[in-house]
Amino acid sequence: MRTASATIAAALAAAAILMSCPPVDAAGTVKIGILWPLTGNAAAAGQASKAAAEVAADIVNNKHPELADLPLAATEGLPNQGGAKLELIFVDHQGNPSQAQQLATRLITQDAVHVLLGAYQSSCSFTATAVAERHGIPFMVGESAALNITGRGFKWVFRSTPIASDYAATYMRFFDDLKKEGKKIASIAVVNENTDYGTSVADSIEAAAKNNNIPVAIRIPYSASSTDVSAQVLQLKEKQPDVIIFISYTSDSILYMKTMKNLDYMPPMVIGDDTGFSDPSFIPAVADIAQGAMNRSAWDIGKPGSTTYKINEMYKAKTGRDLDDTSGRNMQGFLVLADALNRAGSTEPEKIRDALAKTDLKPEQLMMGYNGVKFDATGQNTLASTYLIQLKDKQYQLVWPEKAAATKLDWPMKGWKQ
Amino acid sequence: MLLAQVIVGGLLLGAIYALFSSGLTLIWGMMNFINFAHGEFVMLGMYVALLVVVWLGGGPATFGFAAAFALFVLGVIVYASLIRHVMRGPMLAQILSTFGLALLLRYTAFWIFSANFVSLPQVSLSGTLNVGGILMPVPQLVAGVAAIALTLGLHLLLTRTTVGSQLLAVAEDRNAAMLMGIRPDRMQALAWGLAAGSAGIAGALMAVSYPWSPSVGETFGLTAFVVVTLGGFGSVPGAMYAGLIIGLIQALSAYWLGPIYKDIVVYALFAALLWLRPQGLMGKA
Repeated sequence: MRTASATIAAALAAAAILMSCPPVDAAGTVKIGILWPLTGNAAAAGQASKAAAEVAADIVNNKHPELADLPLAATEGLPNQGGAKLELIFVDHQGNPSQAQQLATRLITQDAVHVLLGAYQSSCSFTATAVAERHGIPFMVGESAALNITGRGFKWVFRSTPIASDYAATYMRFFDDLKKEGKKIASIAVVNENTDYGTSVADSIEAAAKNNNIPVAIRIPYSASSTDVSAQVLQLKEKQPDVIIFISYTSDSILYMKTMKNLDYMPPMVIGDDTGFSDPSFIPAVADIAQGAMNRSAWDIGKPGSTTYKINEMYKAKTGRDLDDTSGRNMQGFLVLADALNRAGSTEPEKIRDALAKTDLKPEQLMMGYNGVKFDATGQNTLASTYLIQLKDKQYQLVWPEKAAATKLDWPMKGWKQ
Repeated sequence: MLLAQVIVGGLLLGAIYALFSSGLTLIWGMMNFINFAHGEFVMLGMYVALLVVVWLGGGPATFGFAAAFALFVLGVIVYASLIRHVMRGPMLAQILSTFGLALLLRYTAFWIFSANFVSLPQVSLSGTLNVGGILMPVPQLVAGVAAIALTLGLHLLLTRTTVGSQLLAVAEDRNAAMLMGIRPDRMQALAWGLAAGSAGIAGALMAVSYPWSPSVGETFGLTAFVVVTLGGFGSVPGAMYAGLIIGLIQALSAYWLGPIYKDIVVYALFAALLWLRPQGLMGKA
């Protein structure tokens, strides 16, 4: 017995020593540590983003002359780094901010990654970016929208995606356009999940609505793990707003749509603030009862032959699904990061940071519908923007702004009434 | 009228809480054993319902019974292959064994079903009844009524039948029961089967109106523990009242105070009740 336990102890000690040694750098690779929720409530979004990042790595690491508009697509690897390939290290924080913090530390200290990308939930990005800042490792936030992630005086954190205030401004411009067409927007309701993401976006929308003299009839914060939302739907029914904006994750957004149908309540329009409404599970679950629901998206598949169309084909070949906005924004963040890594010409953190700060990508060099990528002093992309899309049959179609629209806006929404 | 609607919604949800908690309380009452994998049984019940609907079709009666049966079998297997052995070990081993089982089941489900949320395709159960202005979604109504009926059925089985007496006899005094010719192993396997089966059918009933992924068991597991503690460990009627009360409190506090406060209200009342009555509503002191 004693020898057995001594052997186990020795084995454990050996394993501990092995694990604490930093792995040897393979020649010519640049390591990107990626933090996403690969299990847990948001796992579907995390897994979809993981597939998108793998497609992006394929585009950078291999020759893709057909995508020549995108930086690094035509060449193999990072030309300025001697053709170095990107190596992706994925970790799963399960949507838990303290896990995200620990894993960011592990990626930096044990896996010796050169840059970080993540972390889907704003609350997780918030903690993980603080670790990157402390260690002086560049962190690209591809998707999280909460305002407080940038603007903390951090030097190492960059964010390519539009943020809460951009989205709020988009909705207000949309309402303006509707009013010009003579549609009634007497009041709106804001329903938000109550972590950093939902709170931050809802705060921005409330503030913007106030500035635009649009009354917010009711604001309902709730927990995304709710198993029953009938009380909230009844409150909405009582207030009769013209538009309800949902800032929701996956299961809760599906639950809201089903509960609204069950309680026979349909407002003139619901707008989902991406996320849950863009989750791959959303359309199969509620397409037949949420016809005409709107969503925001900076992603548009585009016409056959376009760069975005080809990217979507690559993604589809891998996953069997179309690329969605959430994964698309993460993929764009990845590509921005790769572009900076190439221009840095070195894996030194300082040089990568400087290259990121000097990023200046034009709209035609992007896969997403941003006006470009250019970071301000806080690390926020000042050229980020978004479209509005509408659920028609089993697909979202671009309906706003009008100049980019693929089809006309249906107002009011049909819901389950065909 | 709106208030009546909120109350009805709360009670319908509470009825399901009652059903999936009664299995947990049964195992505790039978063998002083805490099953941390109970929420996972509910989750598996949901997936069984999905598989049956997708492969075989059929209404809620079909997939409800299929889930109950599949989970009954799983419960017996778990008892025979795991619980029977760890019962001889120290308390800590007993607690951790079901905790390990919970993780095993959850991650196996991740592996097989992926992490994506799924929901039942529109089954024959749909539509909404309007009873005097109160809207009752048919799926929830059927689920709630079935849950109460099954919980009562379980209670009657325990208190009014020979099998129930034998189960309780084993719980009371294993050795004395053996002297009376009752085989405790068989009875306890039956208890696990019933407990898992009721969790399975509760899962199938929940699946009609609620989208889920493999991690859903965590949420349900926690709720079940609160219900069982509030109702009194080992008491099936206690679990029923407690389930209904918690469903109602959640709905009312979500309506009056806002959804983010509903858990505060539930747990504050829960703590207050335990302070006054630590054995729970119907538990034996």
